[in-house]
Amino acid sequence: MRNSFVGFKKAAGYLALAVGISSALAGCSGGSDTSTGSKSSDKTEKKVQEIRVVAANHPWTESIKKELPEFEKETGIKVKIDSYFEDQLTQKTSVEFASNSKGIDVVMFRPLQDGKMYQQSGYFADMTDYVTKDKDYTADFIPSSLGSVKEGDKFYGLPLVTETQVLYYRKDLLEKAGIEVPKTLEELEKAAKKLNDPDNGVSGFVSRGKRAAAVTQFSSYLYAFGGDFMKDGKSTITSPEALEAFNYYGNMLNKYGPKGTLNMSWPEAMAVFTQGKAAFYTDASSLFTNATDASKSQVADKVGFAPFPAGPNGAKPYNVTSWALGVGANSEKKDAAWEFIKWAESKEMVLKLQADGNPGARISVWNSPEGIAKFPKDLAEAIAANGGDKGVPYDRPVIVNVGAARDVIGDVILAGIEGKDVKAAAEKADGEFQKILDSEKK
Amino acid sequence: MSNWIDRNIKWVFTMPAVIFVGLMMVMPVGYTFWLSFHDWNMSNITPPLWVALQNYLDLFHDELFIKSLKLMFYFTIVAVAVETVLGVGLAVLMNQNIVGKGLVKTLFLLPMVATPVAVGLIWVLIYEPNIGIANVFLEKLGLPGQEWLTSQNLVMPSLIFIDVWEWTPMIALIVLAGLVSLPKDPYEAAMIDGANTWQSFSKITLPLLKPTLYSAVLLRMIDALKTFDIIYATTQGGPGTSSQTINIYGYVLGFQYFKIGQASALLMIFFIIVLSISIFTILLRNRAGVNL
Repeated sequence: MRNSFVGFKKAAGYLALAVGISSALAGCSGGSDTSTGSKSSDKTEKKVQEIRVVAANHPWTESIKKELPEFEKETGIKVKIDSYFEDQLTQKTSVEFASNSKGIDVVMFRPLQDGKMYQQSGYFADMTDYVTKDKDYTADFIPSSLGSVKEGDKFYGLPLVTETQVLYYRKDLLEKAGIEVPKTLEELEKAAKKLNDPDNGVSGFVSRGKRAAAVTQFSSYLYAFGGDFMKDGKSTITSPEALEAFNYYGNMLNKYGPKGTLNMSWPEAMAVFTQGKAAFYTDASSLFTNATDASKSQVADKVGFAPFPAGPNGAKPYNVTSWALGVGANSEKKDAAWEFIKWAESKEMVLKLQADGNPGARISVWNSPEGIAKFPKDLAEAIAANGGDKGVPYDRPVIVNVGAARDVIGDVILAGIEGKDVKAAAEKADGEFQKILDSEKK
Repeated sequence: MSNWIDRNIKWVFTMPAVIFVGLMMVMPVGYTFWLSFHDWNMSNITPPLWVALQNYLDLFHDELFIKSLKLMFYFTIVAVAVETVLGVGLAVLMNQNIVGKGLVKTLFLLPMVATPVAVGLIWVLIYEPNIGIANVFLEKLGLPGQEWLTSQNLVMPSLIFIDVWEWTPMIALIVLAGLVSLPKDPYEAAMIDGANTWQSFSKITLPLLKPTLYSAVLLRMIDALKTFDIIYATTQGGPGTSSQTINIYGYVLGFQYFKIGQASALLMIFFIIVLSISIFTILLRNRAGVNL
C-alpha cells in the first residue's frame, strides 16, 4: 500500500524533473545567443543573461546577495544563487558536473576538500586566461591562498574566504576565576579543568567531536604536538606526536566537554558555546559572527578571542583558504561567469564583505583599517598572529578522496573522546588511511 | 489506424505501464548492475573501468560492509518484532468497545503521515542530552540522563525506538482491519466450551489473523530494511559507524567517497537480499496454506 504511494511520488518527482530540465534547456539556448553580450555592453537591446551560482550556506553568500542588485544593474547579467549546506553542496555539484550538465556557471567550492577531485575529474573550466589577462590581478592575493586553487601554473579558481583556528573564550568566566588567557595547550587544559562546572551547566571546553567534521579542527592540535597527517605519501597518524595529540584532544572533550560531543559539528558546538554553556571553544575564525552577533548569541558581549595556543612544537595553527570560486567546465556563459567572479573578488567588494565579517584573501584589505574594522580587535590580532610562516596551509590531508580519509582519521578522534585505546584505534586507522593513499598513487 | 488500435487493444492499454516500469525500474536497476562491475568516481575524464567482480570481492573483505549488514538485520528484526507484538496488542485493545475509538485511530495515523526527516529532527531534539525532554523525563524519575544518540551502545536501541513509535500504528491498523472481519461463530462456540480470554485469543484469533499478519509483517520488514531517512536525519550513521546500516553505507560510498562502482555493487547485494527475503516470506505464506 505504502509502496505504491512511494512509486507515485517518484513518478511525480521525475515528471517535475523533466519539466525542470526542459525549461533549463530552454534557458540555456536562450543564454548562448548572447554569450558574447557582456563584451559589447554598449548594445542597448541585448537580452538579459542569467548565470547560476551554486554556493554554500555561508555568511559570505548572505553578504553577496545584498550586493547583487548593483552588479545586475551595472552589467545587465542576472545572477541566480542556489545555496546548500556544505556536504550537500559537494554532492549536488558533483552529480551535476558528472552528468555533464551545463547548468553551473559559477561554483563555490572548498579547495582543500573538493578541489583536487573536481580538478582531476574535469569539472572546472581553466580560468588561467581570465585571471592573467590583467597582469597584476593576482598580486594582491595572499600567495599561499592562491596555491590552493592552482594546478601547476593553471588557475581553476580564485580564493574567496580564508580562515584559521582561534581560541574562543568567555571573558567573564576567566575574570571571575582569575585565570589568564591560555597561551599554551597545557595552560588551556588547566584552565578548562578549573572552569569545568557541569553541575551549573558549564563545561570547561567544547569543540567538534563528530567523526569527519572534527578532523579539520583537530589538525592545529596535531601540528602543535609536532605531528602531521602524512609525509611523502605515507600515513603518519601513529607517530608518537600524533598519538599525543589524539590523546590530548580526546581527553579535553572526554573530561571537560559537554554531553553529546560525538554528534557535534560546528553548528552544535557553537550553540553550546553561544548559550553560555562552555568556557573555551576552538574553531575557525570565519565563524566568529555567530558568537558576537547578539541576535544569535547569549554571550555576545562576553566573547574573547586569542591565537591558537602553542603546543610542545610551538604554535602551528592551520591557516587556509576555506572557500573559492570556480567556473563550471560546461558552462556556456563563461565570460559572464568571470564578470561575476571579477566583481565579487574585486578589491572594493572584498573590502565591503570583509567589513561584514567575511575574511577574504586580499593583502591590501587586511592591511587597511576598514578591512579589519568590523573584526573584534583581539580576533584581528589572533588572526594576524596565526598568519605568516607559522600557519599551516592545510587542515586535512590534501588528497583526492578527502571524505574517506577524514572518516578514517575521525575514528581515532572518536576513540579518544570516548576514552578508549587511542593507540589501537590509530593503528587500525593507519592501515586504512595508507590504503587510501596507495590507491591514489596508481 | 483505429483498426490497428482495435486489434491491439490489450497492448495499447498496457503500454503506458510497461514503459513506466521499464523507465523507472528496469533501467535504473540495469544501470546500477552495469556500474557494479566498473570502477568509477563520477569523473568526466576517466570513464568507468571494467573490473569484473572486484567490487563485490572488496565488499566482502570490507569490515564496515559486514558491520552495516549486521546493523541492518539487527534494526529490522528487533524493530519488526517489537512492532508486531505491540501492534497486535493495540489492535485487540482497540477492537473492544472503548470510548473515543475514532479519535484514537486518528491519533494513530499521525506518526505515519509525518515526513520521516521531520520526525528525525524532532527526535534529535527529544534525545538531546543536555536539554532534550527524554533526559528531563528521566531526571524527574530520579534516573541519570543518557546520551541517546551519541553513545555507541545506545544509538541503535534509540533509533529502533523511533521506528517503533512511528510504525507500530501501521501494524495495529492493518491487524485491526483483520480483526473486524473475523467471523463471530468460533468465539461463541469457544465460549460455550468454556475457553478463557487467552485461550480464545491464542487458539482462534491468532490463527485466523495469520494472513493479515503475514502481509503486515512483510510490508513492514521490507520497509524497515530500507530505512534511511530517520537514521540519516538523526545520526548520519554515527557516532563513528555505530548506526551505519547498509543503506547509509551505500550513500556514504556513493556520494561522499564517490566510489560509484562499489556503491552500486553494495546496492545490488542489498537488492538481492530484499528480494530473497520477500520471496522467502511469500513461499512461507503459501506453505502455511494462507491465501490472500
